[in-house]
Amino acid sequence: MIVQAILFYIFAAIAVASGVLVVSARNPVHSVLFLILAFFSAAGLFVLIGAEFLAMILVIVYVGAVAVLFLFVVMMLDIDFAELRSGFVRYLPIGTAIGVVLLAELIVVVFGRVVIPGGPSPSVPSATGGSALTNTRALGDILYTRYLFAFQVAGLILLVAMVGAIVLTLRRRVDVRRQSIPAQLARTRAQSVDVVKVPVGSGSN
Amino acid sequence: MAVGLPHYLTVAAILFTLGIFGIFLNRKNVIIMLMSIELMLLAVSINFVAFSVFLNDLVGQAFAMFVLTVAAAEAAIGLAILVVYFRNRGTIRVEDINMMKG
Repeated sequence: MIVQAILFYIFAAIAVASGVLVVSARNPVHSVLFLILAFFSAAGLFVLIGAEFLAMILVIVYVGAVAVLFLFVVMMLDIDFAELRSGFVRYLPIGTAIGVVLLAELIVVVFGRVVIPGGPSPSVPSATGGSALTNTRALGDILYTRYLFAFQVAGLILLVAMVGAIVLTLRRRVDVRRQSIPAQLARTRAQSVDVVKVPVGSGSN
Repeated sequence: MAVGLPHYLTVAAILFTLGIFGIFLNRKNVIIMLMSIELMLLAVSINFVAFSVFLNDLVGQAFAMFVLTVAAAEAAIGLAILVVYFRNRGTIRVEDINMMKG
């Protein structure tokens, strides 16, 4: 139990510290790398609480796909990032004020009242909804039965996002000569081959 | 001391606040703003999972998965728009994004 508490505080501290560095790093590439670190420590928190499947999803989807996408875009765009930071100090006071107020409100809400008013208050918290199955199996049991429609809609959202991203970034460049397979297939023999009758001894020009 | 629900909620609250703070702080850089939104969605997922575990109800974890799905789709579309905008205008300064006079 004490090991769990120590691990919780380590992961929480890493998550919060890397969150601070995401928003304050000078170089956006460092921001992305700290975002990856924050995702990793959140995955550690999920493992600690028993939600193993979501922890692995977080590592695979976020670190493996989304964060790498961010990294690609940051490195692909040729931007003067120092110039983009020029308003940093100007926005610091109002940002800090709003952040402190919001954080104080949230913490007062968390600690100031009973979080679970009259709800089912299990003696032993479990990540499997009380069943004896593993976390992944229990999640699959409700995801593919009660929430099948929502699951399919989630897949559809991903499909639409993929098609949208491809359509947005696809561009036809006029200055590049490309192979046109329909044009190649539509050629006829008459367009391509010219049979010339050459008299013997005269040559062809 | 045992780690309970308030501990997880506090971590999520701090991460969410950092996300909002980041949006205010980096008013000119759209990429960092998108990253701040990702940070806020991560905080929301932590809340969902913590409540799911401590209320002994799996629905929260299923919903956290959908949150992750939407966040991934949002990041892909947002970055695609950003790339197209940069290709057309050569900048991603937020103040310069005013072609539609909205």
